[in-house]
Amino acid sequence: MASGSSQSAYYVPEQTKYPFFASIGLALTVFGLGNVLNDIAAGNSVTTSTWIAIVGFLILATILFNWFATVIRENHAGMNSDQLKRSYVWGMMWFIFSEVMFFAAFFGALFYVRQLSVPWIGGEGAKGITGDVLWPEFQAAWPLLANPDSSVFINPHDGLNVKEWSVSFLSGYLPFWNTVILITSSVTLHYAHVALKAENRARLIQWMVVTVALGLIFLVLQVLEYREAYGHYGITLNSGIYGSTFFLLTGFHGFHVTLGTFMLIVMLLRCMKGHFKPDDHFGFEAAAWYWHFVDVVWVGLFIFVYCL
Amino acid sequence: MSAAHDHHHGPAKGLSRWLYTTNHKDIGSLYLWFSFAMFLLGGTFALVIRAELFQPGLQFVEPNFFNQMTTMHGLVMVFGAVMPAFVGLANWMIPLMIGAPDMALPRMNNWSFWILPFAFAMMVSTMFMEGGGPNFGWTFYAPLSTTYAPPSTTFFIFAVHIMGASSIMGSINVIATILNMRAPGMTLMKMPLFVWTWLITAYLLIAVMPVLAGVVTMMLFDIHFGTSFFNAAGGGDPVLFQHLFWFFGHPEVNIMILHAFGVVSAIIPTFARKRLFGYDSMVYATASIAFLSFIVWAHHMFTVGMPLAGQLFFMYATMLIAVPTGVKVFNWVATMFRGAMTFETPMLFAIAFVVLFTIGGFTGVMLAITPVDFQYHDTYFVVAHFHYVLVPGAVFSIMAATYYWLPKWTGYMYDETLGKLHFWLSFIGVNLLFFPQHFLGLAGMPRRIPDYALQFANFNWISSVGGFLFGFSQLILLFVVIKCVKGGKKATDQVWEGAQGLEWTVPSPAPYHTFETPPDPKLIHAQ
Repeated sequence: MASGSSQSAYYVPEQTKYPFFASIGLALTVFGLGNVLNDIAAGNSVTTSTWIAIVGFLILATILFNWFATVIRENHAGMNSDQLKRSYVWGMMWFIFSEVMFFAAFFGALFYVRQLSVPWIGGEGAKGITGDVLWPEFQAAWPLLANPDSSVFINPHDGLNVKEWSVSFLSGYLPFWNTVILITSSVTLHYAHVALKAENRARLIQWMVVTVALGLIFLVLQVLEYREAYGHYGITLNSGIYGSTFFLLTGFHGFHVTLGTFMLIVMLLRCMKGHFKPDDHFGFEAAAWYWHFVDVVWVGLFIFVYCL
Repeated sequence: MSAAHDHHHGPAKGLSRWLYTTNHKDIGSLYLWFSFAMFLLGGTFALVIRAELFQPGLQFVEPNFFNQMTTMHGLVMVFGAVMPAFVGLANWMIPLMIGAPDMALPRMNNWSFWILPFAFAMMVSTMFMEGGGPNFGWTFYAPLSTTYAPPSTTFFIFAVHIMGASSIMGSINVIATILNMRAPGMTLMKMPLFVWTWLITAYLLIAVMPVLAGVVTMMLFDIHFGTSFFNAAGGGDPVLFQHLFWFFGHPEVNIMILHAFGVVSAIIPTFARKRLFGYDSMVYATASIAFLSFIVWAHHMFTVGMPLAGQLFFMYATMLIAVPTGVKVFNWVATMFRGAMTFETPMLFAIAFVVLFTIGGFTGVMLAITPVDFQYHDTYFVVAHFHYVLVPGAVFSIMAATYYWLPKWTGYMYDETLGKLHFWLSFIGVNLLFFPQHFLGLAGMPRRIPDYALQFANFNWISSVGGFLFGFSQLILLFVVIKCVKGGKKATDQVWEGAQGLEWTVPSPAPYHTFETPPDPKLIHAQ
């Protein structure tokens, strides 16, 4: 009796070894990373701890690969009812929502320092008296190029924000081109989806290749941007709150783009293998949702980190 | 190999059953046992605190170790005992209550659980590391947790990260189960309140756990990579930490209490033999409390300084929570009114919940008043307040739930005499323990200190005696549960005369797989 034969059959998998060993992998990864950080702080050798982290991560990655492979196999074997597929849809939606809230924490920190704490240290506003006592010389500004105590947090030379709204400035401005690239990639991904639904595999693969390429170009440009920031502008993790918010916001976004590009590469390979049907391709849609999500986050970043 | 065939297997034999299971009942039991182990561990830490505070002066522990005890007690109880206990109840009961064959994503369900033992092993192991464990309180305020923190804080941060991942996966699973797996006929407004409260708190968890992950990540970067999120010398602000933490922390408080409302809303109608009074208003009140919990966080921070408009807003918004909470309390009382009441152990815990939680709620309203809070802040009054909400609140509801559903889980009735003994000792113990702390706080005794002035001595020894009474009484619970698992009077399917709901239509003990085909819609009644 196949599980899809009666309308009530919701496929409840039997025992699985994946999650338990994935937990071991995850635990080793973070335990190793924690040791790496503490060893660096204490000036010890990081060889052992690095290996712990690497082994842990390899365990985790291997298991996740097999886990996803199992789910795909089960779907191809027809074990997944429509109801089960809806569970995956709900799961992915709320996972993306949790990611939105993760970024909300960093955006919240940015708004708080720009609107409240930096002006207060500069002597303005309801709590301005704190700044008058601590650093009377300090002037509030954004981008913050002169830190309250520049002996601890080294001042950056210049900000990365938009200096003027002119064609000549924007044409040489990396973040502007990155915005164009990411928005374009969302459009190309949409065309890939359209081709998938039209069962045109050649065009689907073309659009996917274009999308992946745009993602990779974005990442390369982002690396160049970071080199500029560190080398030319003096914006570092240690250059005060401007650098802190800049690198954590763009860094976590870049990390998510990396993850999204990886997902798209996997989807591209699966497209080539012919995994998807016009009416059954949630893996593709989930990756696409994720990609649109990192795109939207970038638009928020471009507005609040670079433009305003 | 067909899936439907697999369904007729019973549980696997031996240890692999527990390591590799995808069964919601097995995973529920794992969560509940893990929670109980953490409850005893966190309770031991609390007894170290109460032993030290039995009399003035330093008797047993160093101040630094005392601080580690207060910190680990809070973290272990919040993240290790209370939250997993409710996830365990959710795993066991939600599929049974909505007529589903299992949780929506059974493999991920197993992963959510098995992350926890590793996360807590890592967190508790920090106490044996050089420099000791986290000693900055469970709220880990910067800069205590960044500039002045022991090196083991790095592991604390990663432990929080992975237990957050576990919580998010668990919540996604609960939402997918409730929205997608309800039996035909089980409309949203026919769902038992426990299911409703879990649906709403699952949203809360998904919204705030990532913010916690974000704030500990900022700590990690401040400690190891030279950023200045919580350092004013670089333009950051330690108060930013508190805003971000409490944006997580206040909804977290509701995450720990809303399910308790659901449990009590199941138990009181059963033993009053009446339908729950005001079901719809209960649902809306739960949703209102959840919404309000997002806009009240800064009432934890009145004394650190914020603009006057902020203080007023957070004061009024906080007081507003008393309205939907009052709706709930009155509904429970109205359910009991003129009911044919009996007082089995679950009902005793539920009634104690209503009375004692209300005391905690009233002190909450007192603390919400900004000018008064300036006096109460960081005193034992705050400790008394939140322990009244969490111990005779959340923890009593977990115990009530355990007694209430234990016959369904094990197939045997628990020992009623021992259950009542456990209740009365707990009830007396908990009040001896926490009621005097109100007076200590009002008289000015600060929290998180290992020594105190002589005038606080009397109330402190009463509190310590109550603490040990309450703590050791919990061993009775352990005994009752083990005894019930091993045998006793056979439980009927219905178990309780007045019980309503799908979980009572399956045999006791509940078979390994239930509702493989959806239940008869005629069995589904309005609440």
